[in-house]
Amino acid sequence: MAEAPVAPAPRLLGASLPWWLLILPALVLMLVFYAYPLAEVLWISVTEPEPGLGNYERLFTSASVQRVWMTTLRICVITTVITLLCGYVVAYAIASAPPRLQRWMFLLVLLPLWISVLVRAFAWVTLLRRQGLVNEALIGLGLIDEPLRLIWNEFGIAVGMVHYMIPYAVLPLYASMRDIDPRLVPAARGLGASRFEAFRRVFLPLTRPGIIAATVLVFIFSLGFYVTPAILGGGRTMMIAEYIKLQILDLIRWGLGTMMASTLLIAILLLLALVSRLVDIRRVFGQG
Amino acid sequence: MDRSAQAGPAANVLAWSVLLFLLLPITVIFPVSLTDQRFLSLPYHGVSLQHYATFFTSERWLSSTWQSLVIAVASTVLAVATGTACAIGCWKLSTRATELVRALMLLPIIVPSIVYALGIYRFWIRLDLLDTYTGVILVHGVTGIPYVVITVSTALANFDPRLEQAARGMGASLGQTLAWVILPRIMPGVLSGAVFAFIHSWDEAVLILFIASRALFTLPRRMWDGINENLDPVMAVAACVMIMLSMLMLGIELWVRKRRSE
Repeated sequence: MAEAPVAPAPRLLGASLPWWLLILPALVLMLVFYAYPLAEVLWISVTEPEPGLGNYERLFTSASVQRVWMTTLRICVITTVITLLCGYVVAYAIASAPPRLQRWMFLLVLLPLWISVLVRAFAWVTLLRRQGLVNEALIGLGLIDEPLRLIWNEFGIAVGMVHYMIPYAVLPLYASMRDIDPRLVPAARGLGASRFEAFRRVFLPLTRPGIIAATVLVFIFSLGFYVTPAILGGGRTMMIAEYIKLQILDLIRWGLGTMMASTLLIAILLLLALVSRLVDIRRVFGQG
Repeated sequence: MDRSAQAGPAANVLAWSVLLFLLLPITVIFPVSLTDQRFLSLPYHGVSLQHYATFFTSERWLSSTWQSLVIAVASTVLAVATGTACAIGCWKLSTRATELVRALMLLPIIVPSIVYALGIYRFWIRLDLLDTYTGVILVHGVTGIPYVVITVSTALANFDPRLEQAARGMGASLGQTLAWVILPRIMPGVLSGAVFAFIHSWDEAVLILFIASRALFTLPRRMWDGINENLDPVMAVAACVMIMLSMLMLGIELWVRKRRSE
């Protein structure tokens, strides 16, 4: 960027033109078939059924809209907290494991990323439903008499979402731990800090960038998540993505549906903008 | 050495429990697909291939598998061709404008599918592309571009730009430089991008709900209906088929990478 040459403009353009032609097909595809439809969603939200901010008023007046947002935020916060805790422990164990073991642990973390979300949601249904494997095992062991309600509620959604998100938390957390000088914690212990104190006052603060990155990544992915909550929620607990689908495909209320979609999009972009002031955003996505 | 930098036993037990939790759903699918029962369960008395037989003789499941394959291959070609070219152009120019282009290319990863689904649904209604191969391939191709741009850009970051200048200096045309100097060097990145783009399309389950309904019924789409209607053990077979193909793709990628590095 800094080395913008002061060469004569026409020659410069001539030299870079072929390279722009390479960029062009992808750029045109992305603008016409991605950016334009996305812009139209925003446009519909302020023009249908009538021009104005009428759809957005419902954020403050409609109880069902507010309930959906509250449910979504609650589940996202729960998911993010649990995912971060699990991810932190795993990243910590990987960072301090011997290299050979590290590779195996990484394999286990990355493997689920390659399995379709739908397949994983289906697997959770087989495991958690009323006559599912978990309930049958618990009854078989005599631990419970009645099957537990593990699915088609917020518990089921949280299990499925945490499972999906953990790899996305482990990667940035591990990256921040890998950069820590391994002599620091022993040094703190040597100076008389207890194990816990050395962790809390030396190790934990150094992983702050990783924690921020993981939190944002997981929270953003959770907000607009569709497949897992729709299947494991069973239509009883509704998050925003499923609510949007319902408005468009089943009730054909474009105004309300696009308003919710636009709010979701704006919320995510705002979060990203906010966070890009705290950490280098490109590093976050480079690792995902 | 001082062991205080190591994770304590408690942390290790917790970490391994989480890793097992990650593995759990994948490990139950295979035994369930071999059940001898007529409902979703582990095999009771013995393993049986009856549900595999049902899957591979069912015209509906086979046609869905075929449609998914065609769409995934075509959209991968689209994403790889345009994404690779774009990444190379951005890498060579690297101005503020190309930084912006690259950021634009990442949009499909950040924006939730459900938001884009509404826009493209509306657009396809107008262009009469709902429920067509063209419509689905375009959508899967465009949303696959980010994966290719990321992997190819990473490969280019390790590529010495002087090689390109040398080739051009010795009189190679742009096309020759691309084909003989740049592309061979970044092939592993292109390949990873292709695998990502393929799996993206093969697994895609949100956009397809909006842009296809009758004529096109991909494998994820049929599974979606199955999960919501009847939980049949054939679903576990379909899930295994989906997993197997993804694993096959990853295996090919690993194999090619290993052969190149030898």
